[in-house]
Amino acid sequence: MTKLRPTTAETTTPAVASALPAVPTAPGGARPAGRRPLRPGRLGVHAFLTTVSLAFLAPLALAVYASLRPYDETSEHGYFSLPRTLSLDYYRQAFTDSGMTKYFVNTLIIAVPGVLVTLFLASFVAFAVARLKLRGSILLLMLFTAGNLLPQQVIVTPLYVLFNRIPLPYRMSESMTMYDSHWAVVVVQVGFQIGFCVFVLANFMRTLPQEILEAAVVDGAGVWTRYWRITLPLCRPALAALGTLQFTWMYNDFLWALVFISDGDKLPVTSALNNLRGQFFTDYNLLAAGSVIVALPTILVFLLLQRHFIAGLTLGSSKG
Amino acid sequence: MALNTARRTGRRGPRRFTPRDLAVLGTLLGIPLLLDIVVIWGPTLASVALSFTSWDGIGEIRWVGTDNYANLFTGYPPFWPAARHNLLWLAFLGLVATPFGLLLAVLVDRGVRFSRFYQSTFYMPVVLSLAVVGFIAQLVFSRDQGALNAVLGDTGDPTDWLGDPDLNIWMVLLAAAWRHTGYVMILYLAGLKAVDPSLKEAAAIDGAGETQTFFRVVLPTLRPVNVIVGVITVIEALRAFDIVYAVNKGRNGLELLSVLVTDNIIGEAARIGFGSAIAVVLLTVSLGFVVTYLVQEIRGEKTR
Repeated sequence: MTKLRPTTAETTTPAVASALPAVPTAPGGARPAGRRPLRPGRLGVHAFLTTVSLAFLAPLALAVYASLRPYDETSEHGYFSLPRTLSLDYYRQAFTDSGMTKYFVNTLIIAVPGVLVTLFLASFVAFAVARLKLRGSILLLMLFTAGNLLPQQVIVTPLYVLFNRIPLPYRMSESMTMYDSHWAVVVVQVGFQIGFCVFVLANFMRTLPQEILEAAVVDGAGVWTRYWRITLPLCRPALAALGTLQFTWMYNDFLWALVFISDGDKLPVTSALNNLRGQFFTDYNLLAAGSVIVALPTILVFLLLQRHFIAGLTLGSSKG
Repeated sequence: MALNTARRTGRRGPRRFTPRDLAVLGTLLGIPLLLDIVVIWGPTLASVALSFTSWDGIGEIRWVGTDNYANLFTGYPPFWPAARHNLLWLAFLGLVATPFGLLLAVLVDRGVRFSRFYQSTFYMPVVLSLAVVGFIAQLVFSRDQGALNAVLGDTGDPTDWLGDPDLNIWMVLLAAAWRHTGYVMILYLAGLKAVDPSLKEAAAIDGAGETQTFFRVVLPTLRPVNVIVGVITVIEALRAFDIVYAVNKGRNGLELLSVLVTDNIIGEAARIGFGSAIAVVLLTVSLGFVVTYLVQEIRGEKTR
């Protein structure tokens, strides 16, 4: 996380530097490129980055624009025409006719326990692997990490069969089996994502000072105390980052629910998006509204918690 | 087992773990380990075993040896196109999207003005669900009302970007690259921030140009990031599923191995044995990369 902070510092300095072009370049030719005054090459870079940015934003903008316009209008004039009517009708339709609220609740039922359980279990495994010098901890780490890297389709078939054979009482699952219940999706999400979290958290915990733990051992602290009271509070930034990231991933998941849930009313919001498509006729504007509704929470999470989000991804890649 | 040996060989005396500690360790390592075995490794092995049977999910399991594989390679028309599409996916992400992400990272890292804005914009598609990316692709590429045809002004004989089986895979790849580029960029950006600036200064003093400095000095220090990016690219290419499924359920030119697996196990004619054989092909390819990566990790672990 600390590594990412300099971004802000670096974005502000060039602004100052280019505002004062008269200031002579400081001694030492090898100054970072960011401090040089504006020159044609830099304009080229800006033009390039701006073009790419616009190209990246255009599809999203198009989706928002399409969702605000009635089907008759876009089918006659195309998506690029000027608007004659703009309305939020499709959003209303998505929520009232297609029951988006219900699907959002389903997503939360899956993602919230999923994230919490994943973080809890993964942080303990990471603690054991990184902090207690157990034999075979490398093996344990490999087992979890490799598990996260397998293609989902490899495990889908046997799980599908297995879940069909695990009975659950009616109050836990209306289908009386684990198949076609949220439990199946939560369990698979947790099992699959633990690997990534263990990997990231173990790397993070190795950077914590060992002395604190040693002091705790001298004071007679047990394993649980060392984990819960001493290590975990220090991992707050990593946990926040992973929590943000994992929530987005579980929210965005499409496959697990598709395979393990057959009752349309239990689908999470991403998988339910397909329901907005009619049997014979697809109103793409309604689909656009649905896409915007589904995308909005993750975009908001991203914009609000951007720092955590990026840190979550990069904690795993930049070691210690 | 691991706990016992640790206890016996514990260098800090015999009382390294109290019974309570052992209970905590047993429970909290046992649950995730059990979960990992039941959800990941057990099913993986089961897939391998089932791939040698002709099971339909209901009747009895009959051993058929390598029939499924023979059938798959010679008598199942969608297999080779699907494998080719997965390879194309890998090549496109690896040779186009990944270098492009690196380029964007380098440019943003130079500290140009608004780099914060650029960074967020490039990263935005990464937070979208792949299913949403698939739906947005339909808005852009649809034949009659799509934005692309509107930009091209192609009204007489519009190209059906997603309907033409020779073209649609490229359009879907563009959509996938839209998302992959930002991911790669953010990983490289973090890596670049961590590069010791004195390295670049030393290279500049030695008279190296910017390009030379980058390829000879900076890129080699980014090795750990390169490895991660490589693994992510391969895994993404093998896992690719959501986008094509959202576009047309992976038919008509958009066949992928993952789609074939799903098609064979859900639906009325469940061919679980056969679907598993396709999954095992995916597994074999990905294991090659995963093992290479883990070997690197273990080496890193030992030098730590």
